[in-house]
Amino acid sequence: MIDFRIISALAFIVLAPFIGGFLEGLDRKISARMQRRVGPSVFQPFYDVAKLLSKETIAVTASQRFLLVSYLILTVFTGAMFFFGSDLLMVFLMLSTAGVFLYLAGCVTSSPYSSMGAQRELMQELSYEPALLLTGLGFYIAEGTFRVQDIVNSRYSAVMFLPGFFVAFVFILTIKMRKSPFDESTSHHPHQELVKGLTTEMGSTNLAIFQITEWYENVLMLGVVALFIINSSVYSIPIAIIVVLFTYFLEILIDNTSARVKQSKMLFLAWSVTLVSAGVNMIIIMLIR
Amino acid sequence: MAKLSRSPWLLHYDASSCNGCDIEVLACLTPVYDVERFGVINTGDPMQADILLVTGGVNTQNAPVLKQIYDQMSNPKVVVAIGVCACTGGVFKETYNILGGADKVIPVDIYVPGCATRPESIIDGVVKAVGLFQEKYDKNIKNLSSSEWAEKKAAEELNSRMTDSKEGN
Repeated sequence: MIDFRIISALAFIVLAPFIGGFLEGLDRKISARMQRRVGPSVFQPFYDVAKLLSKETIAVTASQRFLLVSYLILTVFTGAMFFFGSDLLMVFLMLSTAGVFLYLAGCVTSSPYSSMGAQRELMQELSYEPALLLTGLGFYIAEGTFRVQDIVNSRYSAVMFLPGFFVAFVFILTIKMRKSPFDESTSHHPHQELVKGLTTEMGSTNLAIFQITEWYENVLMLGVVALFIINSSVYSIPIAIIVVLFTYFLEILIDNTSARVKQSKMLFLAWSVTLVSAGVNMIIIMLIR
Repeated sequence: MAKLSRSPWLLHYDASSCNGCDIEVLACLTPVYDVERFGVINTGDPMQADILLVTGGVNTQNAPVLKQIYDQMSNPKVVVAIGVCACTGGVFKETYNILGGADKVIPVDIYVPGCATRPESIIDGVVKAVGLFQEKYDKNIKNLSSSEWAEKKAAEELNSRMTDSKEGN
């Protein structure tokens, strides 16, 4: 008998780039409509990646490709672990390790823009890391387990116990997805004071690898949003999908209505929201139990 | 075979332009013209760009910069000269510091005249460039490096000139 967990993990590996790419296409279309433009086709991200893969690759440093592929493989493996239903804390720690490979891929080039982008990427990681780890901890306090499989099969949705953690997680999602106002390291928008920041020295195939990894990562992060909602009831699945789509729309809205902030302000905002929202939630839960 | 023409990314370089053409290039991205509906992205990074838009005449100071930007772009790539200054040097042609059009430094594929060029003509030029971009890919030149490509193009040009002169005789 084939385990459902294996199917779920395999489905993530195969389908996540398509879902992620389609979501990015929707993002660009909705953003264009918000700016009263027609906007590109929803399949535009796929056309872009197909083009990037077929262009000549100019390698600035030989090790950059290796580091980017490591980043891709680690992210895919982390996502597969999450959808397989294993340890949530382990997933978050592995995700940070993958982030370090991205940081190194930006650092190995001699370009000052790329290096500065990498420094900012590290700053972004520093901003969202406490909230990520606290989210893992929050799930343990609420459900008594780190295992995703058991959290999914619990009687009540985790968000009932963890509304503060949910707010903190959605807040750092903006940083994780590199959306304005927190698109410090590299931006999806044309204007960027560091040329393209972290991805300045990534052309053709290397940029395609980065792009595909972003899609995997976005699907994984939206999966964590869904984990807040899903419980043992079947009806929680459509509700989780609606919440995920609404969260994604909220990210697009924030992206289009805010200007980039300084790094120190990002750090301050992210940590204060994490501390106030998730911290207070944690104290209340610990007092009640 | 990939359809490259669906995703042309632009890089805009201002080589001593008066900003007239530059404003019109940016106007193409506004909601009125919205070139993003064709998949065009105005990127600032030569390593990710496919089509180089040059505005203004090339002078002695920015000639090496333009050359370097061109070399950093990966094949296949297309160069479009926007405005009469980038095409020939324009009214500044005789000035002591102007070398002439962009084609004095890098191989230009498409010339878009005008002073300042209207957004409609820029879009027209870009659409032509997109067609050429696809054509270059189909001819399988993506494995050639930039210098090899320049050599090949120079050899082809020489060849065609020689046949032309033979036909003339």
